Amino acid sequence: MTTYTVPETGLTSLTAAELAEKIHSREITSREVTQAHLDRIAETDETINAFLHVGADEALAAADAVDASLDQGEAPASALAGVPLALKDLLTTTDAPTTAASKMLEGWMSPYDSTVTRKLREAGIPILGKTNLDEFAMGSSTENSAYGVTRNPYDLDRTPGGSGGGSSAALAAGQAPLAIGTDTGGSIRQPAALTNTVGVKPTYGTVSRYGLIAAASSLDQAGPTARTVLDTALLHEIIAGHDSFDATSVDREVAPVVAAARDGATGDLSGVKVGVVKQFDRDGWQPGVMDNYHASLEQLVNQGAELVEVDCPHFDDALAAYYLIMPCEVSSNLARFDGMRYGLRAGDDGSHSAEDVMSLSRAEGFGPEVKRRILIGTYALSVGYYDAYYLQAQRVRTLIARDFTAAFEKADVLVTPTTPTTAFKLGEKTSDPLEMYNFDLCTLPLNLAGLCGMSVPAGVASDTELPVGLQIMAPAFADDRLYRVGGAFEAGRR
Amino acid sequence: MSEISRDEVAHLAKLSRLALSDDELKKFAGQIDEIVANVSAVQQVDADGVEPMSHPHSITTSMREDVVVPTLTAEQALDQAPAVEDDRFVVPQILGEEQ
Repeated sequence: MTTYTVPETGLTSLTAAELAEKIHSREITSREVTQAHLDRIAETDETINAFLHVGADEALAAADAVDASLDQGEAPASALAGVPLALKDLLTTTDAPTTAASKMLEGWMSPYDSTVTRKLREAGIPILGKTNLDEFAMGSSTENSAYGVTRNPYDLDRTPGGSGGGSSAALAAGQAPLAIGTDTGGSIRQPAALTNTVGVKPTYGTVSRYGLIAAASSLDQAGPTARTVLDTALLHEIIAGHDSFDATSVDREVAPVVAAARDGATGDLSGVKVGVVKQFDRDGWQPGVMDNYHASLEQLVNQGAELVEVDCPHFDDALAAYYLIMPCEVSSNLARFDGMRYGLRAGDDGSHSAEDVMSLSRAEGFGPEVKRRILIGTYALSVGYYDAYYLQAQRVRTLIARDFTAAFEKADVLVTPTTPTTAFKLGEKTSDPLEMYNFDLCTLPLNLAGLCGMSVPAGVASDTELPVGLQIMAPAFADDRLYRVGGAFEAGRR
Repeated sequence: MSEISRDEVAHLAKLSRLALSDDELKKFAGQIDEIVANVSAVQQVDADGVEPMSHPHSITTSMREDVVVPTLTAEQALDQAPAVEDDRFVVPQILGEEQ
């Protein structure tokens, strides 16, 4: 019988750091490692559906290039050279279709690589394929994909989370040791929590958005995911950095995340102040998750951390502010999909005007959640509603950012549960958009403020036996603190 | 009771260039009404005099040297177009569409 979680032996059981060490010492080849993961995909993905596209030939060619260079005695192109990766299908690639899991972009071949893609290639990382997501990254369960749901390797009847469920499921199934996600309101951290993996949303502006198909430009951020804190840090350093192709890219040095992860691995948290967010320690959330969370807090104390309660009253308003700001930006960003220059064109039979063809193409190309958000955004930006909705949401956004600032005066990092429950059943929330939105309430505030956060595995909930994540948040540009504390927490659980 | 009617959604759909079916309009009206009622909670927040935040960091126009760099070729830009003629995008009729 096939098991769907990470195998206990063989190349697909190893971490990216272990694989890199073996490849760079020529104990094994990148081709062997890449082929092992392609085999694992072939064995499991008919059921998991983490991948929308598998690029076996391209991945093996990239692996061969790494092997050839190492055989010639050249230094590895990066710390992860030769270790294969799964790429969320929201980032453009010239050698594989980029669909955003939408019918609008079915089969679309980008004329350029995203900056993240380019950096991965330059680092010698073979790209196994493109992973499933909620259409245009709008959703919390990967059920909004136009190409079928992704299943959670820990329970095939349940969601791996979303929007980046494909990347997280690929990691959890041993299909890839590394993956890239994108996080607009939790789409890296939330699926990581549901799949026993590590996911980081870097500080806004530190990873280029060039070639990342925009949903909400002031919130979107690509980031690294893997099964260990160190692997995540190694990938973080490869994809971060200033990019002149992204006007919102920040020109400053990348935080020393790998050194911080190695520091954290000692397990010592003496002198670290951990802020416990009062608003997200609630009765009424799944008891197994909250018990796990309180045990995690106790563990942090046992490792030497000092806990301080922090009060962030406006986090309670984050959901409302987010679901105004996000759709407003969506309604503007997705105007580009008009069926004229690329993507789906429908109804062009000579009897319809250009404007009609645009409306028909968009109606046929977009799924229900994307349509809903475009409509809500258009409503909130309308004359007469703009001040009451969009502008007011932006004021609340300022108040949320101020709550963070005040909290970081008392603590080095903040912690919360990543999600209020463990993975829910597929189909359970699809008929109720609001219920789905509520699932992300712990992860949204961070994006509004543009700070950085991690979800790190915290074991399983006692009631459902399913994975739980601990969310760690740090100030802008202090991404290294996530790895310091996350690395220590991970070490403390061993 | 419903603040956002089917007709309101039809208007929004027109503005958004979405040719929605009658079923979709009805379904979205109910859902969007509920969502908007929920997100209206922002209006209860005391935020008088608070500066609106449109972006995480203060944005300054980023400047670069005025030098020629490679960009997409016409061939690349047209490669995925639904219809192409004479190195140009072909689009349906634009002028004279309003009766």
